Amino acid sequence: MIPVEAVPIPYTWVLALSAVLFAVGTLGVLLRRNGIAIFLSLEIMLNSANLAFAAFAFRFASDHATAAAALDGQVFIFFVIAVAAAEAAVGLALFIVLFRCKGSIDVERANILRW
Amino acid sequence: MLGSLWLIPIICLAGAVFNLALGIVRAPKSAVTLVGVGSVGASTIATYAALWDYLHQPAEVIVEPYFTWISAGVVNVNASLQLDPLSAVMTAFVTLVGFLIHVYSIGYMHSETDAGYARYFAYLNLFMFSMLLLVLGSNLPVMFVGWEGVGLCSYLLIGYYYDKEWCAAAGKKAFIVNRIGDLGFLLAIFATIAWFHSTEFTVIFPAAAEHPDQFAGAATIIGLLLFVGAIGKSAQIPLYVWLPDAMAGPTPVSALIHAATMVTAGVYMVVRANVFYRLSPTAMLAVAIVGGVTAIFAATIGLVQNDIKKVLAYSTVSQLGYMFLGAGVGAFVAAIFHVVTHAFFKACLFLGSGSVIHACGGEQDMRTMGGLRKHMPITYWTFLAATLAISGIPIFAGFFSKDEILAKAYEAGAANLNGFGATYQLLWYLGLAGALLTAFYMFRVVYMTFHGSFRGSEETERHLHESPPSMTGPLVILGFLSIVGGFFGFPGQLFGMSGLNLIERFLHPIILPIAAATHGAAHAEHAVGLETEWLLVAVSVGVAVLGIVIARRFYLGPKAFVLPRRLAERLPMVHKMLLGKYWVDEMYHVLIVAPVHRMAMICWKVIDELIIDTLFVNGAAFSVELTGDLLRFTTTGNVRNYVLAVALAIFALATFLW
Repeated sequence: MIPVEAVPIPYTWVLALSAVLFAVGTLGVLLRRNGIAIFLSLEIMLNSANLAFAAFAFRFASDHATAAAALDGQVFIFFVIAVAAAEAAVGLALFIVLFRCKGSIDVERANILRW
Repeated sequence: MLGSLWLIPIICLAGAVFNLALGIVRAPKSAVTLVGVGSVGASTIATYAALWDYLHQPAEVIVEPYFTWISAGVVNVNASLQLDPLSAVMTAFVTLVGFLIHVYSIGYMHSETDAGYARYFAYLNLFMFSMLLLVLGSNLPVMFVGWEGVGLCSYLLIGYYYDKEWCAAAGKKAFIVNRIGDLGFLLAIFATIAWFHSTEFTVIFPAAAEHPDQFAGAATIIGLLLFVGAIGKSAQIPLYVWLPDAMAGPTPVSALIHAATMVTAGVYMVVRANVFYRLSPTAMLAVAIVGGVTAIFAATIGLVQNDIKKVLAYSTVSQLGYMFLGAGVGAFVAAIFHVVTHAFFKACLFLGSGSVIHACGGEQDMRTMGGLRKHMPITYWTFLAATLAISGIPIFAGFFSKDEILAKAYEAGAANLNGFGATYQLLWYLGLAGALLTAFYMFRVVYMTFHGSFRGSEETERHLHESPPSMTGPLVILGFLSIVGGFFGFPGQLFGMSGLNLIERFLHPIILPIAAATHGAAHAEHAVGLETEWLLVAVSVGVAVLGIVIARRFYLGPKAFVLPRRLAERLPMVHKMLLGKYWVDEMYHVLIVAPVHRMAMICWKVIDELIIDTLFVNGAAFSVELTGDLLRFTTTGNVRNYVLAVALAIFALATFLW
C-alpha cells in the first residue's frame, strides 16, 4: 500500500453543506404544517449552525495565529446541543398540549390569536 | 399722621377684606355697616389728621417710601406715597365725598340680601383703597396700580346686579373700553422710564422743567400717551361710551365712582403731569380740543334723554370735558378746582336722583315723574342747590370753577397761546354754548322731576316718601358744599385781591416754573383787562340764566312739553340724532365690535375648532387609528406567516449588508 497523504476536506465545502442544510431546515419550517416536522426542521437548522461552528474551528486550528479561537467554536457546539435539548423538551410539551386542545398538531389550526 | 400715610388707604383695604369675610359667613347688615362705613370714616379722619400735620410743617412735598417694589437695571421703583398740595386736595374731597356716599348707601341698599350688602360694601371699600392709592402714589407705577384698581371696582360695581344681563354687559363694556386707555398709560410709563430712568414725580417733573429743550419731544409723546389713558378713564371722546352705560350700577356707585372721584382721575393725571403739557403745545392743544368738543357733544345728547341718570351721566361727561378744556388752556388749578366743586354738586345730584328713584320704586324715566317737590322737600332743595351750582349761577360752587375755566379759555384765545389762538377762541365759544345747554338740561331735569303734577301710576304716587336720614344727611351736607364750596377758589383778582383765591394759592407749588420759558402760558395771565374779565362773568351768567329761562318755558306752566314736542316735530332729524346719541354706539358696533366679534368667531370656529381641534388633535388620533386598523390584518395568528416575515427580513438585511 502506498501511503496516501491525508488531504483534509477544504472547510469551505463544509460551510457550503452547512448553508444547504440551513436552507433545507428553513424551508421545512416554512412549508411543513405538522408540528413535529417543523420541529425536526428546526433541529436541522441548529445542526447546520453547529456544522458551521465546527468548520470554522477546523479552519482556525490550522493556523497558529488563531489557534486559540478554535476552541471557542467547539465549545459553542456543546452549548447549542444543550439548548436544542432543552428546546426539544419544551417544544414537545407544547405540542402535547396543542394536541389535547385541537386533536391535531397541525400548526395552521392554532390560529385563534389574531385580529 | 404724617409719617404713616400708608394707613389712609390700608384701612379701607382692611375694611374690604373684612366685609368679604362677613359676606361669606352671612353676617347681619349692622356688622357690615360698621366695618364698611367705619373703615372709610377712620380713613377720612386719618386723612384730615395728616392734612392738619401737613399744613403745620414747612415741607411742600412729603414722600414716604416703604419698600423697593421693582428693581431692574437703572429702574428702581419704590412703593411709596406722596403728600403734596395736589394729592392733599384730592384726598381731602375723595375721603369726604366717599364717606358721605358710604353713609348714604346704608339707606339706599337696605333692601339687598345680607350677602349682597356685604359684597357691595366690600367693593366700595376696595374702591376707596384704590382711589386713595391713585392720588397718593408718588410715582407712575403706584398710581397705575390704583388706576387699575378703581377700574376693577368700577367693573365689579357696575355689574353689581349681575343677574341682569344688561348690567353685566355694561360692566364688561366699561372694563374693555378702559383697557384701551390703560394701554396708553402703560406706554407712557415705559416712555418715562426710557427718557428719565425714573418714574418718581419728584424726579421726572423737575428734570423736565429744568431742561425744557432736551425733553420737549419726550413731553409731547408722554403727554399724549398719558392723555390716552385719561380719555379712557375720564370718558372723553372717543372713549366716553362706557360712562352712560355705567349707570346700570347702584346709584351711590354712580355718584361716587362715575361722577365724583374715579372719572376725575384723568384730570388729576393731566394736572399732575402739567410740566409735560406746558412743554408741549401739541399735547396741550389735544387736551383742550378733546375736552372742549366733549363738553358740547355730551351736553347736546343730555338735552333729550328721559332717564334721569342718563342725563346726569352725559352731564358728567360734559363737565369732565370742561375740566380738560381748563387743563388744555393751561388753567390747571381751575381744572382741579372744577374737579372738587363738581364732586360736590354732581355727587349731590346723583344722590338726589337716587333718592327720587328710591321713592318712585326704581323708576328712572322722568316722563313718569313730576311734582315730587311736595313729597320730598329735602331732596328737592339739595337737588336744586346742586343744579344751580352746575348751571353756573353766582355764589354757587360751579359758578366759580366753570367761570374760571371759560375765562382762561378766552384768555388763551386772546393771548394767542402757543400760536393756536383761533382754535382756543373757537373752544371758548363751544364751552359757552355748553354752559347754555348745561343750564337748560339740568333745569329740564328739575322741572320734569320735581315740578308740575305727578305723571306716574297712582300706586306709585301713594308710596312717594322722603328718604331716610342716612340718605338725606349726606344730601344736605353735599348740598351745602355745592353752595359754599366755590369760595375756596373765590376769584379775588376781580376785586384786586388775588390772595382770596385759596385754592390757587395752595396749588401754586405744583405748577413748576419752567426754565427759560419759551411758551405763552406764563403771560396769558394778564392778556385781558379787568373790564373784560367782568364782561366774561356777565356773559357766562347771562348764558346760564338764558338756559334756565328756556327750560322754564319748555317744561313748566300750562304749555309744558308743548314747545319741545313742536320743536322735535320741526327738526325731526336733529331730534332723532340726539335721541340716538349720534348713533356712536351703533357706529362702534359696526366698525369695531362686529369685526372683532367676527374675527373672534373665525379664530374660534376655523382656527381653533377646525384646524387645531379637528385637523391636528383628532387628525393625529384618526391617522394612528387608521394605520392600526390596516396593520392589524398582518396579525394572522398563523405562526408560519411570522416566520416567513422574519426570514424575509433577515434575507433582506443580509442582502443590504453584503
